[in-house]
Amino acid sequence: MADVPTRARVVVIGAGIVGNSLVHHLARLGWRDIVQIDKGALPNPGGSTGHASNFIFPVDHSREITDLTLDSVRQYKEMDVFTESGGYEIARTEERMEELRRRMSSAKAWGIEAELVGPEHVKEKVPFIETDDIIGAFWTPSVGVVDSLRAGTIMREKALELGALTVVPNVEVTDLVVTDGRITAVETSGGTIETDTVVVACGVWSPRIAKMAGAAIPLTPAVHQMISVGPIPQLAERPGEISFPIVRDMDTFCYERQHGADMEVGSYAHRAILHEPDEIPSIDQAKLSPTEMPFTQADFDPQLEQAYELMPDALGADGAEIRYAINGLLSLTPDGAPILGETPEVKGLWSAAAVWIKEGPGVGRAVAEWMTHGSSEIDVHHSDIARFYPHQRTRSHVRARTSEAFIKTYGIVHPGEQWEGERGKRLAPMHTQQKQQGAHFFETVGWERPHWYDGNEALLGEYGDRVMPREHEWDSRWWSPIINAEHLAMRERAGIVDLTAFAIFDVVGPGAKDAVQRTVVAQADVAPGKVIYTPVLDERGGFKSDLTVMRLAHDHYRVVTGGLHGMADKKWFSDHLPADGSACAAIVDVTSAYSTIGLWGPKARDILGRLTDDDISDGGFGFLSCRDIEVGNLGVLASRISYVGELGWELYVPMEEGARLWSLLHEAGEPDGAVPVGIGVYGTTGRIEKGYRAFGFELDGERTIVEAAMQRPKVKQADFIGREAYVKQREEDPKTVLCTMTVDDHTSASGAKRYMLGGEPILTRDGGTLTDGHGHHPYVTSAGSAPSLGKHVLMAYLPPDEATLGNQLAVSYMEELYPVTIESVDSTPLLDPDNARIR
Amino acid sequence: MVDVLVCVKRVPDSSGEVLLTADAQAVDARYVGSTLSDHDNCAVELATQLVETHGGTVSLVSVGAPESVEQLRSALSVGPTAATLVETDLRDFGPADIAHEIAEVVRAHAELGREHDLVLLGNDAADTGDFQVPVRLAHALGRPVVTGIKTVAIENGRALAHGDSPDGGRETFDLPLPAVVAVSEGGVSPRYPTIKGRMGAKKVEIEMRTPTREPHGSGRVRLTLPPPAPSTVQVLGEGPEAAPAVVDLFQSLGVLR
Repeated sequence: MADVPTRARVVVIGAGIVGNSLVHHLARLGWRDIVQIDKGALPNPGGSTGHASNFIFPVDHSREITDLTLDSVRQYKEMDVFTESGGYEIARTEERMEELRRRMSSAKAWGIEAELVGPEHVKEKVPFIETDDIIGAFWTPSVGVVDSLRAGTIMREKALELGALTVVPNVEVTDLVVTDGRITAVETSGGTIETDTVVVACGVWSPRIAKMAGAAIPLTPAVHQMISVGPIPQLAERPGEISFPIVRDMDTFCYERQHGADMEVGSYAHRAILHEPDEIPSIDQAKLSPTEMPFTQADFDPQLEQAYELMPDALGADGAEIRYAINGLLSLTPDGAPILGETPEVKGLWSAAAVWIKEGPGVGRAVAEWMTHGSSEIDVHHSDIARFYPHQRTRSHVRARTSEAFIKTYGIVHPGEQWEGERGKRLAPMHTQQKQQGAHFFETVGWERPHWYDGNEALLGEYGDRVMPREHEWDSRWWSPIINAEHLAMRERAGIVDLTAFAIFDVVGPGAKDAVQRTVVAQADVAPGKVIYTPVLDERGGFKSDLTVMRLAHDHYRVVTGGLHGMADKKWFSDHLPADGSACAAIVDVTSAYSTIGLWGPKARDILGRLTDDDISDGGFGFLSCRDIEVGNLGVLASRISYVGELGWELYVPMEEGARLWSLLHEAGEPDGAVPVGIGVYGTTGRIEKGYRAFGFELDGERTIVEAAMQRPKVKQADFIGREAYVKQREEDPKTVLCTMTVDDHTSASGAKRYMLGGEPILTRDGGTLTDGHGHHPYVTSAGSAPSLGKHVLMAYLPPDEATLGNQLAVSYMEELYPVTIESVDSTPLLDPDNARIR
Repeated sequence: MVDVLVCVKRVPDSSGEVLLTADAQAVDARYVGSTLSDHDNCAVELATQLVETHGGTVSLVSVGAPESVEQLRSALSVGPTAATLVETDLRDFGPADIAHEIAEVVRAHAELGREHDLVLLGNDAADTGDFQVPVRLAHALGRPVVTGIKTVAIENGRALAHGDSPDGGRETFDLPLPAVVAVSEGGVSPRYPTIKGRMGAKKVEIEMRTPTREPHGSGRVRLTLPPPAPSTVQVLGEGPEAAPAVVDLFQSLGVLR
C-alpha cells in the first residue's frame, strides 16, 4: 500500500460507502491529488458499512432522501451490485394501513411503482409467512439489496484508474490543523498531509474527527440490533443471496431479510442504546469490528418472539440457529437528516456523515458536486450541516432527540408532529404572557412559537363554520380550528404575531452594499430606509433562500430570514463576502438581540397610531420601507411589509423590551378587537391565500424563479450569484409551473370530509399520472385552509400544458381522489389580487 | 439416563484485545461484552450430546454477579433445562470459595433427590485463569477428577474421558460415576441457539442462592497482561493466483476440509 503523501488537493477521511462514493465522484468531476485514508483495512475498514444489512426501500416521505436513494440505486445498478428482491411493508392495524396509503402518496409523488396489496399477495411471494395478523401491505417491486463493500471497491478503483487517487488504509488521523479559520493539514499516524480541503466521511467517528478541528458534527452512534438465523432449508434451496422479498413488519418495528441460507432479523423496537464516539472500541479491542458491538440479548428477546410468530416455519426450521448477533452501530442525528456540507466553523472542512447505504452513492455525488460547483443537482438543504444552531450541536440535545426518535424509525409520524423532549429552550420575551393567553407552542429550531391560542376559543362561536372544522382525527391532529378563527379576526380586525424566531444578521462595513448586491437577486442599491424582498440563488440559478433585507444606512443592511434556515443563510452570505481590500464587509448575527412582533390587519394603522406620534400614514410610511419610530416609551424599528397580505408592520425591539411591546400592542389593540395570532396563520393560512412561496416547500435548489413565477420585468444590471443562469432561464419556456388550486369537494367514500396536509400527488381528474418537463410528477408543496375564501388551498408545480386557469385535476389523498381546480397559474393571489389590503 | 451439571462462568469475551480494569483486579468487558468461555461452551455442548444419547437432564450452575443470568439463559437456549445462580461479588472469591459453593449446590440438589452423576467444568476460567476449581471441587465432593478433557462418553455406568496427551497422543481415562471432568475446547463444536431454544430459555426459572459461608478470597495481588503477541502480516499473493495459497491456509486452519 502507498505511503501517506505529504500534500493533497483534498483528503477524504473514511473508506466506507460515503468516502468511497466521494472519491469516485470527485475524480469524475476533475479533482486530482485526492488522498483517501482510513484507520482500518480494506475493503472493510470496520465502520457501519461493513455490517449493514444493505437493503433499500426507495419510498420515503422526504423528497430529498428519496431522490438521493433513487440516484444511489441507479449507481449501484451501473456497478452491477444491485439485486432486486421486492419488498413489503406490512400492516397489522388500520392505523398502519392509513400510513401505507400515505406512503402510496409519496410513491406516486416521487414516481416509484408501488401497490397496496392484501395478505394473499404477501403469502404467495413469501410462503413461510403467517398472514393471520396481517391486514395489508405496501408492495414495492423495486426494493433490493446491494453489495456496498464491492461498490466501494469499484468506486475507489475508478478513481485510481483516472490517476486521481491515493488510498492509504491502516492510517489513523491524529489531528486536524486549522490556521486562521481554515483547514491546512491532516496529521496522521503515517505523517502530515498538507491540504486546504478535508472531508470527514467517518460515520460514527465523525464527531470525534471534526472536533480535532474545533467543528461539530452532531450525530451519535446508536445501536441497531440484528441477528442472522440459519441455515433455513426454504432459503437454502434457492440460489443466490436473495430470492424472497424483504419484509418490514412495521408494527413490530422489525424486518426480515433473506441473506443466502440465513434470515436476518433486524430490530428498531428496542430501547435507544447510544454510545459515545470516543468510546467505540479500537479495531484491536473489538471482538468482531468496532461497530459490531456485543449483542445485548435481553433487548432483543421481545422482537425474537414477534419474528418467530411471523415466520415460524422458516425461523423455527430444523437446524436453523442464531449464527450471528450484533449490536450494530449506525449514525443518528437530532432531526434524522444526514449532515453534509462545509462546516460553518472551519473553512475547507466538509462533512459527509450520517448517511445510510441507500443514500451513499447519491450523497457522494451531491457532495462532490457541491464541492466543485457550489451546489448539487439534487437539493440537499435539509441535510446542510450549517442548519444547526449551537444548542442543537450539544451532546445533550443529540442524545435526547435521537432517543426520542429511535422508536419512530418504523413509526407513524404525523407531518405536524412535535417533539416531547428538549423543549422550552429558546423563549421569546413575551413567553409568559403567551402562556397566559393559552398558547399552543410548536418548536422551531429550539424556539417555542405559539401555533394558536386557546384564549381565542371564543372566536369559534363568532365565526361558526367559517373556521372550516375538520372531522377526521388525522387531518386535525396538531391543528385547531382556532387557527382559522385567528385568521378571520386578523383579516377583519388585526392580529399580533410573535416573530421572535426570525434569524437576523447585519451586513456592515464599506463593502456592505456590494456584498448584498452580489448575493441577492433584487436591486439592493436602494436608499436607506427601503425594504427589499428577494430570492437568493445559487450559481445554477436554483433557490438558496428567499428573505427580506432592510437597508438601514449607507454601510448597514439587515437581513431577516426564517429561523429554520437562518444559519445556512448566514453562512451563504458569509461565504460570499468580498475577500478583503478596502470594500470589506462583515456579518454580525443579531438574532438574539431583537424580538420581532408583527401587527397586521385593517385596524393595524389605528392601533399603532394610538402608540406613536410618528407619521405612519401610507404617504408618510409607504409599503416596503422601514424606519425607527417611537412606540410608547420604546424605540422600535418598524418595517412595513407583510407575509399575510395585510396592512401592517414588523416591529423590531431589543429582546428585553419585547414583552413590553407585546403588552402595549394588546392594550392599544383592545378597542379594535385585535387578537394574538399564531404561526398557524402566519406560516400557512395567511400566506397561502396570498400565494406567497415558502423556502423548503415551494422553493429549493431545484426550483427556478421562472418556474415559481416570481420573475420581475427586468433583471438588475449588477452581477449577482446565479445571474447568468437566471437570465438563461427567463429566455426558455419553463418546464414546470407553480400553480395554486382549490379543492372542489372534500367528501371521501366514507362520507367524512378530508383535508390534505401536503405531499399528496396531483393527478388528472380521472387519476392519470402527470409529468412535467423535468420528468417529475406534481405533488402538493403546501396545503392549508383559506378561511377568507372558504376553500382548502393546494400549491403544486404542474406541467406547463396543464397550468391553465380553471383546469380541473384531482388530488390523491389516502388513496382517494378529490377534484381540484386551478385558480392561479402565477403568483397572483387568490385573495385580494390587487393587493389593495396591504396599502 | 444421566444427570449432568455444567459449571459456567460469566467472563469478558477475550477474542479482542484484553483490557484490565483500573485496579487490575479484573478483565474489563466494556468493549467486548460478557460471554462464556470456549471451554465452558464445549462443556455445555458435551453435556447436551450426552443427554441426547442417553437421556437425562443437563443443569447449569454459576457463581457470580446477578448479570450471570444472561450467560445462564444463553446456555439454557442450547439444551440444558435447569440453572442455579449463587449470587455474589466474585472479587471477594477465590477458587476454593467457588469450589466450595458449587459443592454445596451439588449436595443441596442431592438432598432434593437430584444426584448429578457427572459435573463438567471448563478447564480454566478465561479471565482469572486459576486452573483450580475442578480439582478443589472434586476434592470437596470426594469424587474422581480428570482435567484437559476433549470428549466424554458414558459406557456401562462409567465415564470414558478422552484428552490429548502432552506427547501428542491421545489419552483415555476410565472413571467411575459420579465424577468431575474439566473440559478443554476443541473436542466438540458448540451449537448456536435456535430461536425456539432462546424463547424456551427465557421461561426457565433460575434457582437463586446465596453463598453459604464468608469467602476466604484468592490472595491475588493483581492481574497482569502478557506481552502482546507479535502481529505479523503475511501477504499470500494478489489476484486469482493467490487462491491456492488461501485454500492451503484454510485447510491448515481446519475451516476447509
